[in-house]
Amino acid sequence: MSAIDAGIVPQPKPESAAPSFYSGDQSLRGWLFTRDHKRIAILYTLSITLFFGLGGAAAAMIRYDLIVPSGELATEVYNKAFTFHGVVMVWFFLLPSIPVTLGNFLLPIMIGARDLAFPRINLFSWYLFVGGGAFVVAALWAGGVDTGWTFYTPYSTMFSNTNVYLAIIGVFVTGFSTIFTGLNFIVTTHTMRMPGMTWMRLPLFVWGLYAVSVVMVLATPVLAMTLALVGLERVVGVGVFDPALGGDPLLFQHLFWFYSHPAVYMMILPAMGLASEVISCFTSRRVFGYKFMTYSMLAIAVIGFMVWGHHMFVSGMSVYAAMVFSLLSFLVAVPSAIKIFNWTATLRKGDIRFTAPMLYALGFVGLFLLGGLTGLILAAPALDEFLHDTYFVIAHFHYVMVGGSVMAYLGGIHFWWPKVTGRLYSERLAKFAAVLMFVGFNVTFFPQYLLGYEGMPRRYHSYLPKFQELNIISTGGAVLLAISYALPVLYLLWSLRYGKRSPPNPWDARGLEWQTSSPPPKENFLHPPVPREAYAYDEPAL
Amino acid sequence: MNATVADSPLEEGRRAHLEEQFDEPAQQHSAASLGMWIFLATEMLFFGVLFTSYTVMRVLHPAGFAEASRHTDLLLGSGETAALLTSSITIVISLRALKLGQRGLATLFLLLTAALGTGFLVIHGFEYHSEWEEHLIPGVRFLQFGPHARAVELFEVLSYLLTGWHSIHLIIAVSVVLGLTYRVWRGAFGPDHFTTLELAALYWHLVDIIWMFIFPLLYLIGRAPV
Repeated sequence: MSAIDAGIVPQPKPESAAPSFYSGDQSLRGWLFTRDHKRIAILYTLSITLFFGLGGAAAAMIRYDLIVPSGELATEVYNKAFTFHGVVMVWFFLLPSIPVTLGNFLLPIMIGARDLAFPRINLFSWYLFVGGGAFVVAALWAGGVDTGWTFYTPYSTMFSNTNVYLAIIGVFVTGFSTIFTGLNFIVTTHTMRMPGMTWMRLPLFVWGLYAVSVVMVLATPVLAMTLALVGLERVVGVGVFDPALGGDPLLFQHLFWFYSHPAVYMMILPAMGLASEVISCFTSRRVFGYKFMTYSMLAIAVIGFMVWGHHMFVSGMSVYAAMVFSLLSFLVAVPSAIKIFNWTATLRKGDIRFTAPMLYALGFVGLFLLGGLTGLILAAPALDEFLHDTYFVIAHFHYVMVGGSVMAYLGGIHFWWPKVTGRLYSERLAKFAAVLMFVGFNVTFFPQYLLGYEGMPRRYHSYLPKFQELNIISTGGAVLLAISYALPVLYLLWSLRYGKRSPPNPWDARGLEWQTSSPPPKENFLHPPVPREAYAYDEPAL
Repeated sequence: MNATVADSPLEEGRRAHLEEQFDEPAQQHSAASLGMWIFLATEMLFFGVLFTSYTVMRVLHPAGFAEASRHTDLLLGSGETAALLTSSITIVISLRALKLGQRGLATLFLLLTAALGTGFLVIHGFEYHSEWEEHLIPGVRFLQFGPHARAVELFEVLSYLLTGWHSIHLIIAVSVVLGLTYRVWRGAFGPDHFTTLELAALYWHLVDIIWMFIFPLLYLIGRAPV
C-alpha cells in the first residue's frame, strides 16, 4: 500500500508552509470566475471526465448491441449510440483531454511563468467548451443524431431526420474553445518563458503542446466553417455539397478530413510529449535524442496537414492523388518511428522504476506502436480498398486514440496527481488498474482487427453469425476496460481525503514543476525556479 | 523589479497598464500582438473554406459562374473597394497620431475610419437591395431561368457567404473602432498605452485584405462577354 516501495523518493524538507492555489477564494464564484490556469485546469478535468462517462455509456450500448449477430438494439438506437459516442469522445474528451487539463495546469509552471498569456481567454475557452457540450447533450435529449461523427453529406444535409443542427452547433462552439486554447498556448510558449528557459531546454511535453496548438489553430476553423455550410444547406436548402443542387459531396469530405486528420494528431502529439516526461523520469535518464524528438513532433504536425486524402481512397479519387496521399501518409511514419525508437533507447540501460505512471506510459508506447503500424497497412490504397470501413479501421484508430492517447492521459494524471492535489494515491491499485487497462484494451480491440480483416463492416447494428465469437470476446474486454477506467476515479478520489501528503518532488523528477510545492501556490513559485537543460537526470535534483 | 529603467514617465505609464501575469511591458505588448496575428491566421482559414468552395464550384460550373458575375455591379463594387482601402490608411494615421500624443487627430481619423467602413456597408446594402429586386437571393427569393440557373444560384450562395461573413466582420470592426474612438477621445490611451488600438488596426487590415480577394473573385473574373 505504501508509496515508498514504489520508488517514491523520501525527502527531508516537507515545505508545507506555502499556501496552495486551493486556499484562495473557496466560493463557487471563486472557481467559476477564476483566471488561475490551475483552477481552470481542474474545471476542465471535471467536465471532460463527465463527457468521458457519457461517451463511455454510448460505447457500452454499442458493445451490448453486438453481442448477438442480429443486434440487441434497434437500428436507429444503434446509429444514434455510435454517433453520440464518436461526437462526444472526439470533441469533448480526446481532443481537449491532455492539453486543457494537464497542459493548462503545467505549461506555465514548466516554463516558469505565473500564468498563461491570456488568463481571461482561458476561462472563456472553458465556458465555450461547456456551452458546446450543452448543445450536444441537448441533441441527445431531443432524440439523438444518427449521421456518425463525420456528418457526411448529403445524408446529414438532406436525409437525416435527427437533431443534426444541435450537434453541429455544439461542435462549432467547442471549436472556438479549441482555437482559443491553441492561441493561448502558442503565445504563452513564445512570450512567457522565464529567462534562461530557452527553446531547446523546454520539456518535450511543452513541445508537444506547442505542436498541437499550431495544428489546433490552423485546422479547427476549417471544420467550423464546413459545419456551418452543412447547417446552412439543411436550413435554407442551398449549398455547395448536395449534388442535387449542383454541389459536390466530395468537397465536404476533403474539407472535413483536412480538419479531422490533423485532429488525430491533436490527440496523439501531447500524449507523445507526456510519455517522454514519464519515461525519462522513471528511467532516470535524459530522453534519447532530445532534438530529434522536438523535430519529429513538428514534422508530424506539418506532414499531418497533407495526408487527409487517405480517408477517401474509395470515395472516387484520382489514382495519382491517391498515390501522393499514400506516400505522404507513409512519410508520417518516419517521425513517429523516431519517437518509438528514442523512447526505447531511453529505456536501454536505464534505472527503470515500474511505477503506475510508468506502466501507463509503457502501455502507451506499445499500443501506439500497434496502432501506428496498422496505419501503414491502411495508408496503402490497394489494401485500404478492402479494409476501408471495416472493423480493421475501428481497431486501428482506437489503438492510437484510446490505447495511445487515453493511456498516456491517465499516465499523466497519475504522474502529476501528487503535484496537482498534494496527495499520494495507492500505488498498488494504480498499477493494477494500469495492467488491467492494457489487458482489457487488447481484449476489446485486437479481435476487431481480425473482424475487420475477415470483412465485418463498421456502423451496422447486425453482422454475419460467423463473427459472433470475436464480438463476444470484444464485449468481454470492454467490461474489463470499463472497470479499469472506473478504478482510478475511485482510488484517486479516495486519495484526496485519505492519501498521504506528497513532498514537492515525489518521483525525483527534474522539470520546473517539481521545484515548487505540491500543490503549487497561486503564483506558481514563491522563489524563482532554476531552469536547466531538460531532463538533467545526471545532475542532482534542485 | 527593474526600477532602474522605470524612471521616465513614459515607462511608468507603461507599467501602470501591466497585467499581473507579465513581467515587462514589452512582453505584454508582444504577447498581445502575437495573439492577434494568430487569430488573424485562423480568420484566413475560416474564409479559406469559402474560397476553396468557390474555386471548386467555379471549376465545375464555369459558364454559370461567368454569367452570374455579370449580375454584380462593378461601379458600386469599385466604390466599396475604394472606401475600404482608404479606411486602412486612416486607421494607421490615427495610430501614429496616438503614439505621438496627438489625441484630437487620433480621434478624428478613427471617426473617419468608422465612417468609411459604414460607407462600405451602406453601399453594400444597396447592392443587396438590387439583388432582391432581381430575384437573386438564393433559397429565399431566387428566380432565374436558362441552362445555368442552378450554377447562378451556387454563385450567389457563395457570394452571400463571402460578403455576408465579411460584412459581419466589418460590422464588428466598425463597432470596435467606434468604441475606441470614444475611449481615445476621453484620453484612455496615449503614447504609453496604445496596444488595443494597434490590435484593432491589425484586425481592420485583415477585413480589408479579405475584401481584396473577394472583389476580383465576385466582380471581375469572367465578366467579359464570351
